[in-house]
Amino acid sequence: MSAYDLPSKSGHFGPYGGIFVAETLISALDDLRKQYEFYRDDPDFQAEFAYELKHYVGRPSPIYHAKRWSEHLGGAQILLKREDLNHTGAHKINNTIGQALLAQRMGKKRVIAETGAGQHGVASATVAARYGMECVVYMGSEDVKRQATNVYRMKLLGATVVPVESGSRTLKDALNEAMRDWVTHVENTFYIIGTVAGPHPYPMMVRDFQAIIGKESKVQMQEDFNRQPDALIACVGGGSNAIGLFYPYIDDVNVRLIGVEAAGKGIDTNQHAATLSTGKPGVLHGNRTYLIQDENGQIIETHSISAGLDYPGVGPEHAWLKDCGRAEYVAITDDEALEAFHTLCRYEGIMPALESSHALAYAAKYTPTLSKDKLLLVNLSGRGDKDMATVAQMSGLTL
Amino acid sequence: MQINLDSIKNLINFFSGQNDTKKMNRISGTFSTLKTKNRKALIPFIAAGDPNPAITVQLMHQLVQSGADIIELGIPFSDPMADGPTIQRSSERALKQHVSLNSVLDMVAEFRKTNTTTPVVLMGYANPIEAMGYELFAAKAKDCGVDGVLIVDYPPEESGEWVQCLDQHGIDAIFLLSPTTPQERIQQVAKMAKGYIYYVSLKGVTGASHLDLQNVSLVLKRLRQYISLPIGVGFGIRDGETARAVADLADAVVVGSRIIEEIEKSSGAELLNNVGDLLSTLRRAIDEN
Repeated sequence: MSAYDLPSKSGHFGPYGGIFVAETLISALDDLRKQYEFYRDDPDFQAEFAYELKHYVGRPSPIYHAKRWSEHLGGAQILLKREDLNHTGAHKINNTIGQALLAQRMGKKRVIAETGAGQHGVASATVAARYGMECVVYMGSEDVKRQATNVYRMKLLGATVVPVESGSRTLKDALNEAMRDWVTHVENTFYIIGTVAGPHPYPMMVRDFQAIIGKESKVQMQEDFNRQPDALIACVGGGSNAIGLFYPYIDDVNVRLIGVEAAGKGIDTNQHAATLSTGKPGVLHGNRTYLIQDENGQIIETHSISAGLDYPGVGPEHAWLKDCGRAEYVAITDDEALEAFHTLCRYEGIMPALESSHALAYAAKYTPTLSKDKLLLVNLSGRGDKDMATVAQMSGLTL
Repeated sequence: MQINLDSIKNLINFFSGQNDTKKMNRISGTFSTLKTKNRKALIPFIAAGDPNPAITVQLMHQLVQSGADIIELGIPFSDPMADGPTIQRSSERALKQHVSLNSVLDMVAEFRKTNTTTPVVLMGYANPIEAMGYELFAAKAKDCGVDGVLIVDYPPEESGEWVQCLDQHGIDAIFLLSPTTPQERIQQVAKMAKGYIYYVSLKGVTGASHLDLQNVSLVLKRLRQYISLPIGVGFGIRDGETARAVADLADAVVVGSRIIEEIEKSSGAELLNNVGDLLSTLRRAIDEN
C-alpha cells in the first residue's frame, strides 16, 4: 500500500472535498492555497508556529493514563490526550494560530470566523487580540442565546459578535454568513474556518495545523508506553480534532481509527447530528461530503447536546476515510455523553467538554470488550467549564 | 404525452417561422432576434414558489408580458451562501411551502403549456441537483422545457461531468464571471459556457446596492476579447437608470433582488400588477434611445 497523500492537487479526497463555491470566491481561495503551500514549506513560518504552540498554547499537551476510570471499566487502558489543557481550553487554538500567522503574512488586517458553541470564536478572538487584528465572529442567534458566557468572552477579547438570523440560526447559518462577509471584503479579510470543512484548501490546511495532536501522540506513546495505541477515539462534528489525531496514524494500519458522532436523541429519531452514520453525499459549504438532508437535497436542522457537534456536514476527509474503510464511525447519544461527562468528573477529577464526552462514552462502551493490556487513546479535545450551564439544566438545576 | 408536446412545439416553431433556426435553442434564438432588432435582453429573477407556489406560473407570464426576454427561476435552497438577505428570504418563503426541485420543474412544464418561446433558466445551488442526480435532473428538465441552468456552486473545475450531462440533453450550462476572475479562467469558462455569460458586477452577495459602471465597462471590454457569447450583467441593478446604463454596456440586464423586494411589498391582489409595472419601467428604460 502506498503512503497516504490526499488531498489531490485539486483538493479532492476520492470523490469528496473540492472547491464548490461561487465564482466570486475562486480567486481568493486560489490565492490562499498558493500562500499556504508556500508557507507550509517555509522554515521561518514553521518555527514561529512551533514557538507559539509551545509558549502561548502550552504544548505539548500531555497524555494522561486514566487508571482509576480504566480499572472501574475493567478492560483496556484509557489514555487521554489532554487538549483541554491548551490555552483557551480546547484544540481549536492550534488551528487559529496557524491561520492567524498566515493572515499576517498575507497582509490581512481583519479576520472573520463562524462559531457554534463559541469555542472556535473564542480561539479566533484570542489570536486576533494576540496579533493585533480586527475580529468579527458570526454566530447563529440561537447559539448566542445558548452560549452567553462565550459571547461575553469574545467581547472581552475585543471581537465583534454578529448574531445570524437566517435559516435555522445555528452553526451552518453562521458559516453561510461568514462566507458572505468574506466575498464582500475579500481584499482585507482572512476567513478563519474552524474545522476541516469548507472549500479546498481549508480541509487540508486545518488538518495540517491540527496534526500536531497526532504527531505529539506518536512521540509520547513511544516514550511513555514504548508502543503505539491499539485504537484512537475522537469525537466528530466537522472533525478537526479527530483528523488532527488520526492523520499522522493513517499509514499505521494496525492502529484503529474510531470517530464518534453525535446521535442526539437517537439516530433513528430526527434529532441527531450523526452525518456519516445516517447522511448521504452532497454539496454544502464549498465541498462534497456526507450531509444530513431531506430527499429533496435541503439541509436538515441537526440536534446534539453539544453545540460543537451540531453540524449537518462533516469534513470531506472523514467521508473518504469512511468509504475506503480506514476509519470507523460510530454514534453516541446525548444521555450516554452526559453520563461519561459525570463519570470522568468523579473518577479522574477532569471535567470534559460535552463534545469530547462523546468520545469518552464510546471508549467506556468499547473498553470492557478488550483485554487489560490494550491501549485506547482518546482525544480529550476540550474542557467542560463552558458546558456547566447545559449540564446543570439537564439535571434540572439553574446556575 | 411527451410526443404530443414535442410535435406541438415543432408545429408552433414551424408556423412562427423558427423552423430555419431549428438548431438554435430558445436562448440563442432570443439573443439573435434581439440583435437584429438592436435591443438588449431583460432577464428578471424570481424564486420559484415565492410568495406561494400557486402564483409562480402567473408571475412568469406577467414578467413576459411586461418585457422579460428570458426568465431566471430560482430553485429554493436551505443554505443560499451567495445570496444577500432579500433572496435568502424568498428562498425561505418558498421552502416553508415545501417547494422542491421537482415542483420547480413542474412549474416550468406548466408555464410551457402556454409559452413555448421564452427561455427559462433555472438558477440555484448544487445540493438539490446532487440529491436528484445529474442524469435524472437533465432528462426531466429537458422534458419540462428548461433551456439553461446556472448552479452557483458548480464552478468550471467541478463541472466536467455536469456540463457533459446538460450538453447531452441540449440544455445550456450558464456560468458566472466575477470582477476577480483572472484571464486564464475567463478563457476556460468561455470554452465550457453556453447560452450566455452572467457577469456578477460586484464583489459581494446579491442585493448589494452600489454599482461601479465605469469598472463594469472596462471589465466587459476585457471579457469580450475572449467571449463570443452574450454577456448579461447582474448585481446592483435597482432602477431604470442603472438598467439603462448597464444595457448600454452589456447584452442583457439581470434584475433579482429588486423584483423580490417588490414581491415582498405587494399584497396578494396587487402583486402581479406591481411586479409587471416594475418590469415595464425597466423595459422602457432599457429600450430608450
